[in-house]
Amino acid sequence: MEILDKHGVMERHSLLLTVGILIVVSIGGIIQLAPLFYMENTIEKVDGMRPYTPLELTGRDIYVREGCYVCHSQMVRPLRDEVERYGHYSLAAESMYDHPFQWGSKRTGPDLARVGGKYSAEWQVDHLKDPRALVPESVMPPYAFLAKRKLRFANIENRLKTERIVGVPYTDEMIAGAREHLIAQVDPEADFDAQDDLIALYETAAGRQGTVEIRDYDGDPDTITEMDALVAYLHMTGTLVDFSTYEAEDLSNRR
Amino acid sequence: MTQAIGNFRRANASLFAVGALLAVFLLLAVLMAANAKDPGMTIQAWTFVALAGTFLVGMCMWAGNPPENDPFDDTEYEDGIIKWGVFASMFWGLVGMLVGVVIALQLTWPNLFYFPELGWTNFGRLRPLHTSAVIFAFGGNVLIATSFYVVQRTCRARLAGGMWPWFVFWGYQIFIVLAATGYLLGVTQSKEYAEPEWYTDLWLTLVWVTYLLVFLATLWKRKEPHIYVANWFYLSFIVTIAMLHIVNNLSIPVDLAGTKSVQVFSGVQDALTQWWYGHNAVGFFLTTGFLAIMYYFIPKRVNRPVYSYRLSIVHFWSLIFIYIWAGPHHLHYTALPQWAQTLGMAFSIMLWMPSWGGMINGVMTLSGAWDKLRTDPVVRMMVVSLAFYGMATFEGPLMSVRAVNALSHYTEWGIGHVHSGALGWVGYISFGALYCLTPWLWKRRGLYSTKLVEWHFWISTIGIIFYIVSMWFAGVLEGLMWRAYNEFGFLEYSFVETVEAKHISYIIRALGGLLYFSGAGVMAYNLVRTALGHGEASAAEATKPDVTSDSEPSLQPAE
Amino acid sequence: MSDPSEDIDAHSGVETTGHSWDGIKELNNPLPRWWLISWYISIVWAIGYMIVMPAIPALPGMGTNTLGVWGQSDRTNVATAVTELKTERQASSITLLDASLEEIESDRELQQFALAMGESLFGDNCATCHGAGGRGAKGYPILADDIWLWDGTLDGIETTLRYGIRHDSNDQTRFSMMPRFGRDGILTSSQVDDLAEYVLNFSDRSHDHAAVTRAAPIWQAQCASCHGEIGTGDRSVGAPNLTDAEWLYGSEPRDIRETIYNARNSHMPAWEGRLDDASIKALAVYVHTLGGGE
Ligand code: HEC
Ligand code: HEC
Ligand code: HEC
Ligand code: HEM
Ligand code: HEM
Ligand SMILES: [Ca+2]
Ligand SMILES: [Ca+2]
Ligand SMILES: [Cu+2]
Repeated sequence: MEILDKHGVMERHSLLLTVGILIVVSIGGIIQLAPLFYMENTIEKVDGMRPYTPLELTGRDIYVREGCYVCHSQMVRPLRDEVERYGHYSLAAESMYDHPFQWGSKRTGPDLARVGGKYSAEWQVDHLKDPRALVPESVMPPYAFLAKRKLRFANIENRLKTERIVGVPYTDEMIAGAREHLIAQVDPEADFDAQDDLIALYETAAGRQGTVEIRDYDGDPDTITEMDALVAYLHMTGTLVDFSTYEAEDLSNRR
Repeated sequence: MTQAIGNFRRANASLFAVGALLAVFLLLAVLMAANAKDPGMTIQAWTFVALAGTFLVGMCMWAGNPPENDPFDDTEYEDGIIKWGVFASMFWGLVGMLVGVVIALQLTWPNLFYFPELGWTNFGRLRPLHTSAVIFAFGGNVLIATSFYVVQRTCRARLAGGMWPWFVFWGYQIFIVLAATGYLLGVTQSKEYAEPEWYTDLWLTLVWVTYLLVFLATLWKRKEPHIYVANWFYLSFIVTIAMLHIVNNLSIPVDLAGTKSVQVFSGVQDALTQWWYGHNAVGFFLTTGFLAIMYYFIPKRVNRPVYSYRLSIVHFWSLIFIYIWAGPHHLHYTALPQWAQTLGMAFSIMLWMPSWGGMINGVMTLSGAWDKLRTDPVVRMMVVSLAFYGMATFEGPLMSVRAVNALSHYTEWGIGHVHSGALGWVGYISFGALYCLTPWLWKRRGLYSTKLVEWHFWISTIGIIFYIVSMWFAGVLEGLMWRAYNEFGFLEYSFVETVEAKHISYIIRALGGLLYFSGAGVMAYNLVRTALGHGEASAAEATKPDVTSDSEPSLQPAE
Repeated sequence: MSDPSEDIDAHSGVETTGHSWDGIKELNNPLPRWWLISWYISIVWAIGYMIVMPAIPALPGMGTNTLGVWGQSDRTNVATAVTELKTERQASSITLLDASLEEIESDRELQQFALAMGESLFGDNCATCHGAGGRGAKGYPILADDIWLWDGTLDGIETTLRYGIRHDSNDQTRFSMMPRFGRDGILTSSQVDDLAEYVLNFSDRSHDHAAVTRAAPIWQAQCASCHGEIGTGDRSVGAPNLTDAEWLYGSEPRDIRETIYNARNSHMPAWEGRLDDASIKALAVYVHTLGGGE
């Protein structure tokens, strides 16, 4: 084993050893990660994806904060039973504005990739407050406190701006109006101009209609709570992509 | 003499440098606290001020009373830090496992262990607390403590950097407290095993780079011509974790005085970056680092040479090369392009034998000393840990096969796999090292009670078996139930029926976890009594027993 | 390297590498053969796998990854698997779609097919609200009894499922809104209290006869249009019967008052679009057989 005898050099020079290690552990990562940024078939071409509205985005922040991802995946796999249980398998395009992604790695609870529109807002609220009142076998924690906590969104413009820095296509109008848009989405009787503005901006971004919902979510129209935001987010998940125009059989989408 | 004075000056310089660094960060933290954009930041910043301030004040008081001897005397090993490390490992281990028991109970009896109005007690916040506490707080402290011990002994040189190793140790504890309190406050990036927010990540980067430099500088000072194999493993662990940590945590804060940050990558790219990191946190933190422990403590304890030098070389390089590629096996059947999944699977299969190389080298080191398995429960613990390592690294490649992963992914099977590695391998090799280190460091004849080690061993082993068998059963059960079809071709079970079906397994798991935790409690008791010099540890040895080269540390190299 | 012959381990007779670290030496044993061979096999296997499956990414500007000799794709595989399954079910599904209630009840095989399909879908889509087996929950009606808010015939149930109840984005949805009498100031708070007593009186649970008397005219003016003169409800507007022992939102005076003050008007999602026609029909059959189908 000639080559093994040469190993002594590494053992005598710590810097050589360090550099050797660094090179050896870099290769795999570079070959796997870099192509995802330049190869065209990484993300499917779809219609309907748009940035999250300010309310949905803050809702998603609460989803992250509460660690829902430790129990819920948001990734329907292309397996027969999953497609039948949860709906169309998830596309890479559907999480392209997710910084960070929320695919999850454990399903203590069901997949949530397509829970949007599946239930009513009241159900979401009832269920989050006390899961076992509705589903006695559930092991999900109760989140009653969310309905009592006022949503904090003083920083919402900055929040959107940071998303834009990392590549989410928020426009200047979206950022400037973030505050009004957030309030308008959750209060059906609020500023109608802001509501129209919100719908116009985000539906233009989506390239299709009917993806922005305006309503009170938590049953208390007078206050904007964390519950409002979280349910707004849940109600939208998985509904953006227009699957009527998606060509699953197209070679570039097959993979 | 002049040499000694020179050393003292240099070491004093390290005192001032660490002091200045802390002062700068304290100032920054006060600024952040004063301008905090959210309550989380207020609490986190003041926590930092309190901890780093205590460290700074403590250091000043210590330096203000000049000790008679050079506190950084190069003719003696730096063992004080390792004593602290042993204590910290034990402490955080108990905390992390206790939280593990709590979350296991939450899943078992949700009505008793959830509190609707107390957000911070929810499973979603406690689970990352558990994973980080056991991996980074417990495992990390074991790794830092043992690496500092081993690198000194096998280089026959004192830790380099004077005050800097102390900065590594206390800086790391500060990181742990920031991370843990952050999770409870809901401050998280939601990236598994990398949940701490941007400022905590930055602090850890600083601490970790210092760790690397201290380690390297100690290697530079070595009196042995060759670097011992354990140190290759430690070095690759430290270097690679630095790389993984930095790339996976690339993010932009929403506000410089706020907790929230936004990840630079999104969706599929973020997913692969995360699991490139996540898998190699397993590969380099929980495997390479602990193999380093194995390479020192097993031959040392059984007093036999390492089985095969060539195997060390081959399995070292192949292990670290191949591990990096295996990340995509966490993303089988997801929206990650399939070519990457193929690579993840293929490399995981090729990883099997390099992993077993470590196990073979460890177990075969016992040849000529097999009787120790019977007589020395500490040796038994370390060998059983290798058996679990072998099992987990066989199971891992198996689960990487896409067809198997289609069943096992998302289920309790994964949890079973994790804990056969975590409780069996990581836990047992760490316990073995702590059982060795305590009498060596506190210069005791032996442990307070060998009998208690026997108790620990058996209680914990039963605990592990309860844990992993119940989770395998639950995992396969739910995996099969999810995909079961009735005779008419429709899904047979609803999701909640699968939740219900796991209840009994959850009970057994909780019991297993409780046993394992109790075992660790027994160990903690034993170690404290050992350090205090009670029982079989009492009669202080005239000569220092195991640390053979201790009395004349730095004079003659072996060749 | 120092000359290996220098140092031989006494126990095994194997030479060491000649180094010693803190008393630890290394033997110069060769690589175990079985280990090496197993590793080579795994490597050969892995290379083969990377040839048959999509595996190697392209360099920048050079197109896509290798597609693999087998031309495998998860996405086409699952499409095939689902199509196969659907074809298998198709014959029965088509029969089911056109079948009337009588036909289904008389064709055992078809009935079993419909029930199997309905039960399967019910578990993940409906039971979360209506409970396993349609046992109901507070705010979500029991489906296993013979009390119907809207329509308990097979077609009626199918309509409810297809379009939902108060489902905002569906204009054929079943719709009616009980006014928020208290919150919107239509009635005063004390009038609402009185009405609660009045409603309790339907099931002989009121103790405040003065209140009942006071409320009677309000009932006739405000409530009777939907719930009927004597509170038996009106299924054309989904107004529940208030004289029976079944309560959607709870039987406590507090619950009843809350309904009158705030109104509930809860929603049930429309399943059209989410589930296909055969599934909706099968669910209707399943719900119909749960207990009280008309
Ligand atoms: C301890 C694990 C756990 C955590 C943490 C958890 N859940 Fe759940 N979740 C479950 C389980 C189990 C179910 C299935 C039973 C049920 O419906 O309650 C579920 C069901 C759900 C459902 C219904 C999905 C469906 O299709 O039926 C939604 C929506 C949901 N959870 C949202 C959340 C959100 C949002 C969070 C975080 C704020 C969260 N969950 C945290 C375990 C959890
Ligand atoms: C988000 C919760 C929710 C889900 C999911 C849901 N329902 Fe409902 N359903 C309701 C509510 C609330 C009502 C009562 C609405 C009202 O007040 O009229 C209702 C009413 C009904 C009715 C009318 C009962 C009557 O007395 O007339 C039927 C039938 C029904 N649901 C069947 C189903 C079936 C079948 C499914 C699954 C495909 C389903 N529901 C899913 C909430 C839900
Ligand atoms: C426009 C029609 C309408 C009018 C007017 C109306 N209701 Fe209702 N009522 C409903 C409907 C529809 C429901 C079922 C609501 C639901 O399912 O969310 C209901 C439900 C109720 C319930 C709850 C029953 C249960 O099972 O929990 C009570 C109590 C009630 N109404 C009382 C009244 C009283 C008292 C008045 C008059 C002050 C009134 N309603 C006027 C339509 C009406
Ligand atoms: C050859 C070695 C190994 C391979 C190939 C391997 C492979 C895998 C696979 C396929 C998964 C499941 C991914 C999923 O479906 O979600 C997994 C999960 C995991 N393994 Fe291993 N494993 C190996 C060794 C180990 C060891 C020794 C440990 C030590 C503790 C370990 C810790 C984990 C952890 C913590 C996870 C869970 C990750 C998560 O989802 O959060 N693995 N591993
Ligand atoms: C007393 C002992 C322990 C108990 C009772 C325990 C319990 C648990 C529980 C209940 C979970 C959550 C599982 C789920 O989400 O379904 C978990 C996850 C985890 N634990 Fe432990 N644990 C213990 C010890 C350890 C130790 C010592 C380690 C590591 C050294 C460890 C590492 C992990 C990891 C990595 C996960 C995440 C797994 C994943 O995401 O796939 N645990 N543990
Ligand atoms: Ca509200
Ligand atoms: Ca982080
Ligand atoms: Cu892995």
